Amino acid sequence: MKYVDEFRDPQKAQGLLKDIHRLSQAVIDRRAASQKEQPIKLMEVCGGHTHAIFKYGLEAILPDAIELIHGPGCPVCVMPKGRLDDAIAIAEHPDVIFTTFGDAMRVPGSQKSLLQARAEGADIRMVYSPLDALQIARETPEKSVVFFAIGFETTAPSTALTVLQAAAERVENFSLFANHVLVIPALLALLQNPDLQLDGFLAPGHVSTVIGTVPYQFIADQYHKPVVVSGFEPLDILQSIWMALRQLATGRRQVENQYSRLAQPAGNPVGLKAINQVFEVRPEFAWRGLGMIPQSGLKLRADYARFDAELQFSLPNLTVPDHRACQCGEILKGALKPWQCKVFGTACRPETPIGACMVSSEGACAAYYRYGRHSAATQVPVAPGRQ
Amino acid sequence: MCLGVPGQIVEITDTTRQLAIVEISGVRRPVNIACIVDEDHPPEACVGDWVLVHVGFALNRLDEQEAQKTLALFDQLAAYEIR
Ligand code: SF4
Repeated sequence: MKYVDEFRDPQKAQGLLKDIHRLSQAVIDRRAASQKEQPIKLMEVCGGHTHAIFKYGLEAILPDAIELIHGPGCPVCVMPKGRLDDAIAIAEHPDVIFTTFGDAMRVPGSQKSLLQARAEGADIRMVYSPLDALQIARETPEKSVVFFAIGFETTAPSTALTVLQAAAERVENFSLFANHVLVIPALLALLQNPDLQLDGFLAPGHVSTVIGTVPYQFIADQYHKPVVVSGFEPLDILQSIWMALRQLATGRRQVENQYSRLAQPAGNPVGLKAINQVFEVRPEFAWRGLGMIPQSGLKLRADYARFDAELQFSLPNLTVPDHRACQCGEILKGALKPWQCKVFGTACRPETPIGACMVSSEGACAAYYRYGRHSAATQVPVAPGRQ
Repeated sequence: MCLGVPGQIVEITDTTRQLAIVEISGVRRPVNIACIVDEDHPPEACVGDWVLVHVGFALNRLDEQEAQKTLALFDQLAAYEIR
């Protein structure tokens, strides 16, 4: 078992696909006459899913009645411009080595990106792990090494454990610019938006590996929508769609776990403990496109304040509006498709991004651009009844 | 950002810092295994385990039985179609 190729076998998809077609018809059949033309809207919350869906061409083989709505699960995309400006301000400090994942390098701030700041002389280094940032701190005690901590609950344990390691070793020149965000409050914000009519969710598999499957229960109980925690290989995604349809076809509303080889109901206790030890939940945090969301971000606890870059540097801390043309916000909410943005593929391309959704490896605009979905051609869902 | 890759633990290099070498499609990388170590699984017992690696950390152990169950379901559905 290699845990990859086995889940990419196109032969194995055949049975699944046939049943998906049958079930989607069954779901439509259950609906009131006036609703039959509506597509079955499933939101894949995570940008990793969005990319896998396009990479393996899954949209093309699914029934037309199913519409996949791309959710806000892209940490780089949801970071507001003001926070990026703050990151650049820290990075431009002469005594600082600023470390970041590659994903954040090209995201446009209000004046420039980290990449441009580096070209202008700031010491900005791409790292693969927060542990690499800690290693740079050990090796360069004369500099202040700041790690740009971004990501959902998947990444937060790694950052927390790195801070604990730094504390244990008394590495004094290491700090975090903490921008971790939480999935559940964002889903709650989406569910409270009456404009967004969704039939169900594919929940992010790797976030769930950390938080478990229990925190989604309110979606089934209070919002009466199926939730399927999903892996990232093409067969995982197809199976998750199949599981969500089975619920819809029989009127069940549950949290199911397709990714049982990795995610457990209670999550990862060590990871959760590290997060809780090092971080506390901010009263609110601004998300690009979604606005202020209560209890949706993490900051360092007072006990670890000496590792908090936010307290060590004076930051511009401004709210900067997004570019007027950019529809990232609507795209992150699943209200618009990337090709509906006027500058998509013209003024806004990966080389000249206007919004973060075009730069991040998980952004929906980047996925549509990369896999050639430049128009509505294959996008408009047609209910089976109309064919 | 949330991407992870499966790999197999081949060696424990530092029990205090909980570091191991994980082989990910033929490439060996240092990985922190704090999240998968507990009383039932001391570091030494982790050699040979398959884990999901994310930003230099093993996020969790992969469960072969569960993976087999998932794969078996695909076969079942395919067989159902043929009948
Ligand atoms: S195409 Fe560019 S400008 Fe338009 S929504 Fe996407 S990132 Fe924003």
